[in-house]
Amino acid sequence: MATTLADDLRPLHHPHSWVTKYVWSQDHKVIAIQYSCTAIGIGLVALVLSALMRLQLGFPGAFPAIQPDNYLQFVSMHGMIMVVYLLTALLLGGFGNYLIPLMIGARDMVFPFVNMLSYWFYLLSVIVLVAGFFVPGGPTGAGWTLYPPQAISEGTPGHQWGIVTMLVSLAIFVAAFTMGGLNYVTTVLQARTRGMTLMRMPLSVWGIFTASVMGLLAFPALFVAAIMMLFDHLAGTSFFMPTMQSMGAITPTQGGSPLLFQHLFWFFGHPEVYIVALPAFGIVSDLISVHARRNIFGYRMMVWAIVIIGALSFLVWAHHMYVSGMNPYFGFFFATSTLIIAIPTAIKVYNWLLTLWRGDIHLRVPMLFAIAFIFTFIHGGLSGLFLGNVSVDVPLSDTFFVVAHFHMVMGVSPILVIFGAIYHWYPKIFGRMWNDSLGKMHFWITFIGVYAIFLPMHYLGILGVPRRYYALGQADFIPPSVHLANEWISIAALIVFCAQGLFFYNMIWSLFRGPKADPNPWGAASLEWQTPDTPPAHGNWGPHLPTVYRWAYDYSVPGAPRDFIPQTEPREPEPRA
Amino acid sequence: MTILARLTEKSWEPGAQPVERERPSAGTVGTLAYFGVATVMFTLLVAAYLMRMGLHGGGDHVHDWKPMPDPPLLWINTLVLIASSLAWEGARRTHRGGAAIMGAALGMVFLAGQLLLWRHYQAAGYYLSANPANAFFYLLTALHGLHLMGGLVAAGRALAAANMRNIALCALYWHFLLIVWLVLAVLLLST
Amino acid sequence: MPVAVAIAMLVIGSVAFHLFSPWWRTPIASNWGSIDSALDVTLWICAAAFVGLNLFLAWALVKYRHRPEYRGLGYKAHYEPENPSLEKRLTLWTAIGIAGMLAPGLAAWGKYVSVPKDATVIEAVGQQWQWSFRYPGPDGVLGAAGVKFITPDNGLGLDPLDPYGRDDLVVEGGDLHLAVGKPVKIVLRSKDVLHDFYVPEFRAKMDMVPGIVTYFWLTPIRTGTFDILCAELCGTGHHAMRGKVVVDTPRAFAAWQAQQTSFNQILAEAPPAAMSILILKANACSTPTSWSIR
Repeated sequence: MATTLADDLRPLHHPHSWVTKYVWSQDHKVIAIQYSCTAIGIGLVALVLSALMRLQLGFPGAFPAIQPDNYLQFVSMHGMIMVVYLLTALLLGGFGNYLIPLMIGARDMVFPFVNMLSYWFYLLSVIVLVAGFFVPGGPTGAGWTLYPPQAISEGTPGHQWGIVTMLVSLAIFVAAFTMGGLNYVTTVLQARTRGMTLMRMPLSVWGIFTASVMGLLAFPALFVAAIMMLFDHLAGTSFFMPTMQSMGAITPTQGGSPLLFQHLFWFFGHPEVYIVALPAFGIVSDLISVHARRNIFGYRMMVWAIVIIGALSFLVWAHHMYVSGMNPYFGFFFATSTLIIAIPTAIKVYNWLLTLWRGDIHLRVPMLFAIAFIFTFIHGGLSGLFLGNVSVDVPLSDTFFVVAHFHMVMGVSPILVIFGAIYHWYPKIFGRMWNDSLGKMHFWITFIGVYAIFLPMHYLGILGVPRRYYALGQADFIPPSVHLANEWISIAALIVFCAQGLFFYNMIWSLFRGPKADPNPWGAASLEWQTPDTPPAHGNWGPHLPTVYRWAYDYSVPGAPRDFIPQTEPREPEPRA
Repeated sequence: MTILARLTEKSWEPGAQPVERERPSAGTVGTLAYFGVATVMFTLLVAAYLMRMGLHGGGDHVHDWKPMPDPPLLWINTLVLIASSLAWEGARRTHRGGAAIMGAALGMVFLAGQLLLWRHYQAAGYYLSANPANAFFYLLTALHGLHLMGGLVAAGRALAAANMRNIALCALYWHFLLIVWLVLAVLLLST
Repeated sequence: MPVAVAIAMLVIGSVAFHLFSPWWRTPIASNWGSIDSALDVTLWICAAAFVGLNLFLAWALVKYRHRPEYRGLGYKAHYEPENPSLEKRLTLWTAIGIAGMLAPGLAAWGKYVSVPKDATVIEAVGQQWQWSFRYPGPDGVLGAAGVKFITPDNGLGLDPLDPYGRDDLVVEGGDLHLAVGKPVKIVLRSKDVLHDFYVPEFRAKMDMVPGIVTYFWLTPIRTGTFDILCAELCGTGHHAMRGKVVVDTPRAFAAWQAQQTSFNQILAEAPPAAMSILILKANACSTPTSWSIR
């Protein structure tokens, strides 16, 4: 019933042909790249949708092809793709897959076949999602929250078929995620190499591990909600559907509770925010530590904060529902629990700053993105306090303030980390180095650009401009300057949109023409940089698994010859007393 | 070392290299983690059931909830599943494939019984869309049945490979599904 | 170095944007000044944290940037795994800041959820994509209503058999009128999907949920005409679902109310065929969505 670690722990599934090596691959590194490419591909679709939305908002009426229905469809698909199919899939399926085995010294995930299935289920969910664009009536336009009854009743675009493809795709995604998540969790618990205690793991692994546990416990809520809504839509049940009027007639459904769906959705939806945030927190901690040549400050506190944030995030879901019509007395509890989460989150921010303090900061491209993350995350985290603070949320909910807040905190911030992480690990993954000038140019336009997009949106929200509006139209409280602001925001958004071309050009060009990379170009101490081959070969570690003698943050240790000591370097024998 | 001690380790301090301890197999860890997932799913459904019933939703709901009758078949199916679980437990303890086959067969009998139960309700006019109580019944039994089917596939593979470790995991899984079913049955019978 | 300058400039720029941008709260028209003050408290605490933390970031980036010329002098980053007392102090100060903004927030919410006893009840009904309103009439009680009772003549679905509903004033597709200085409890119903009754100048808002009755309350504090917007995505026409609320002096309000049509008048004017449909719906074996509301 039990196993101990051995170098030949498990016979690896060795690929024999090109197809088993790169297509039906069970190698976590190949699966990670498959996951990442699919996620980035579908993310590009969502990026184009956001550009179309900004065209409509900035220049209403100039694009007659964009009708109200189309606009709502863009909004809904953009939101759902970005949150679930890009960020969750890329951070856990991409980075989780790549980093976990390498960082804990495993040869692969513990269930490689299930890991492969996870990717193919994910791909299937993306295909079903994309099919939504081609069904009669187009994709759903109910917002990414898919609230019933509107999601499945007349008057909402895509209420017939678009919503079905969306719900089916989500159910498949949950299955894919569960397979992947079980793998990540089990691998971290079970397959750490000799000497890799829990507290010697890099924070990236802690972030991804906690997020995977949370995903396993949160996605079932989405699954249940999706299945129940499918029943309501296709079988005529009334889980969520009340007695209502639709197209002038009374529907046969009765007594269903739209609020029940909202509770289920946000029981998934709020942890989902942290499922995206925690891996980003972990990864950015490692980037800051490596490039500041300093151990991450307060490592233990950072680990505990990750775990506490993960646990608390299951107790705050109804802060999305302060004005939903639920029992208003819930507001007291959920406002308090929400603001309590701010404390461990703030500790993480302090510790990032304290890591830079008295460091030896190398401002390379990955570090620039990490610093930009600190800035945007402070901004987005603080604006979240407004929305969590129940009565302050009342005027701000469903305005552009909300849009600005969540884009800053869970759109821009994790994306900046993802860029930083790609620049950071690219030399390990592909064995080549990217172009530094292009990377810097990409950084500057993206960082300044996104701030120019989202800072003014907060103020439009405080003014009262509602979100999810195809056109603002005439209203006495909206001065003409708001339309001007919308124009500027759209122009900034289009510039940022185009600047991403620099990133893709750089990545693809460097793949073939980039100079050969050093195996450990940043002088990092953690295990993934100590592989015998770069890029790591199948099985990662050659004939023998590595042994770990220290934590992942031995930077600038007094008396050491270099400013980092790899985790695999044995300690000097202690003088015996 | 307790989990608390492991999470408060000051890992930067030079200390003795940790002793390699025996770890539970990956299959066991993965199965237990999956129990977490399934527990959350069924718990949420039960919570939704209670909220939709109106125990939790406030006074403004239309009281449209008409509970279903409890036919004897429900009791028989429950007994079959208990017997199935016992057979698996026997297989786990005695390492005998025969008992495992018995357990799997009883699992199939349970599924057939559930199908009969569905048909019984259909014949009596308790359609899926007629009432939320019916809808929840079909949804809960369907999800439970799907889990059991997944278990049967895993059991078939374990038996084909004569892998005793996986047979023990199957037994564990069967017990879990039995507990889930007992909770669901109590819920369906008591409301 | 440039990134430190950029961060410092962004901090200064954000503060300047806050001070000079033309976009801020609309002038308030209700009693919810307490929400505005809770927002102000939250803003000041958050602004202090934002400026302080980011300027520290910029300073640290300049002060501790890698300088190759120091390499030869043996400069290394400072080695310090953790500093529990510093972390504890920071936690404590954060907790104090959080409590400082949570207290006024919860206090304002406490007022928001407790409706004063003397508030008059007014109903707002949402449908795709239009607002309607109902006043309780002389008896001060809204009659029972539900989607099931809706007929072409009874657009808000009042129960024709409920005597409390007969004197209710029905305003379909018109403006909402409120008397300045009088607290009102606005009860909300939806005929089809989720909507949200939102008047920026009132600060207050609440979702309308089909199947249940939700509410909030306010006291208008100045006369004027304001826009009602829908703040919950409700389909294609969401952005066009507009209404007007007119806050009158008590005298003008009474004069306006006197001109409105009561449910009794609607019933009296309905042709016999329409009337029979109406009564038929009422006799159907069903319970109304909402009971009489005082």
